Amino acid sequence: MYELTIPLQDLSFLKAGDEVLLSGVIFTARDAAHQRLVNLIKSGEGLPFPIEGAVIYYVGPCPAKPGEVIGSAGPTTSTRMDGLTIPLLEKGLKGMIGKGGRSPEVEKAIQEHGAVYFAAIGGAGAYIAQCIKEVEVIAYPDLGPEAVHRMVVENLPLIVAIDSHGGNIYRAGVAQYRDPSLEEAI
Amino acid sequence: MRTVDYAQIVETVRDMCLRANSILPKDVEEAIARAHEKEVSPVGRSVLGTMLENAEIARERRMALCQDTGMVVVFADVGQDVHITGGLLSEAINEGVRQGYKDFYFRNSVVRDPLERVNTGDNTPAVVHVNLVEGDRLRLMVAPKGFGSENMSALKMLKPAEGVAGVKKFVVDTVTQAGGNPCPPIVIGVGIGGTMDKAALMAKRALLRPIGERSPKPHIKQLEEELLELVNKTGVGPQGFGGTQTALDVFVETFPTHIAGLPVAVNINCHVARHTEVVL
Repeated sequence: MYELTIPLQDLSFLKAGDEVLLSGVIFTARDAAHQRLVNLIKSGEGLPFPIEGAVIYYVGPCPAKPGEVIGSAGPTTSTRMDGLTIPLLEKGLKGMIGKGGRSPEVEKAIQEHGAVYFAAIGGAGAYIAQCIKEVEVIAYPDLGPEAVHRMVVENLPLIVAIDSHGGNIYRAGVAQYRDPSLEEAI
Repeated sequence: MRTVDYAQIVETVRDMCLRANSILPKDVEEAIARAHEKEVSPVGRSVLGTMLENAEIARERRMALCQDTGMVVVFADVGQDVHITGGLLSEAINEGVRQGYKDFYFRNSVVRDPLERVNTGDNTPAVVHVNLVEGDRLRLMVAPKGFGSENMSALKMLKPAEGVAGVKKFVVDTVTQAGGNPCPPIVIGVGIGGTMDKAALMAKRALLRPIGERSPKPHIKQLEEELLELVNKTGVGPQGFGGTQTALDVFVETFPTHIAGLPVAVNINCHVARHTEVVL
């Protein structure tokens, strides 16, 4: 178990399957926000948050009840962001948090840029919400739950899903546990 | 004739939205606990343990189990001897959803138009399936459906000659390709037969069955058991990280079909397999 604090430094020691507790400032964005961020990059405009060394969490949280920081806030399916991820990695994005596998192109770019893709536990939104200490919408409030939020997290439990050496927990996991008798049975 | 009032339906659906989204059904929680016992992958076990803790936090704090509080799917079995007064059934259901999602701070996840994509702001409309049945009762089943799993669902028109082997291969391939995306351990609804639409609807309704309930048809019961075993051999495991606990259960529904066809629909539900039922 590694305890990591943002800003993240060299992440080359992390291997797919490692468990991590992450603390610090992260930013949220889903597909709609990604599209706008990529449009800004294309037109040469500045991004609404510093991307160098940043961690983006793919989440659209439930609203906070009165007196609470946030509602349920687990990860969404990452592959929807695949086509919009590489321009952000090229600008210095260091970490992504989501669930499920990534495209071969994104996997390759993660290696090239020394980044890491973390998996949070999908469907554990109430549990994850307890690790979120501050929340502020910093861009695109018109997107509602899909707006860009700045979040302060403390000991957010994550698993390294794709490391910077080509390690991938989804491939390795299935390879390890797939029953060889299955091929004959179907 | 027995009557059920609009206001009663609104109130009931509102409360069902709260219950469905914040309290994991007992059958599902127990199935996750059993999977936790059985899982051989250490990471998988740890993930399943967190899922159980999540259920406890959501129940105690009355908060959503998952931020994707879904598009609400409602099956309404209307007895043909009951009279609904004070307004339309579908409007009462939508008003219940509207109030429930607002009052309990659930996420609004519905867009008005699938291409223009502007949020409706109140999580309506629900997808309502009305079925006319015997009796004078109104049976409401509310199942908020997350789209991580919905997006991994699939339908195929098999050739009759592909038979049960074709069905098994299609289910196993669908689960394998879905990997971690639908948040395993999943619940799988399979609709076989009828027409394209009928197969899809049976697959959806199959997800409402309690974990462990087997089909009354012996050959379908056997198919459910075989499919569960096969799916748990895919190696996908909890969250797709690898393991032996890929699915909590597989439910198969069938209907007569055409001599030339074998429609098969696979509807996947995540481990937050929300389903709740009230009879008015």
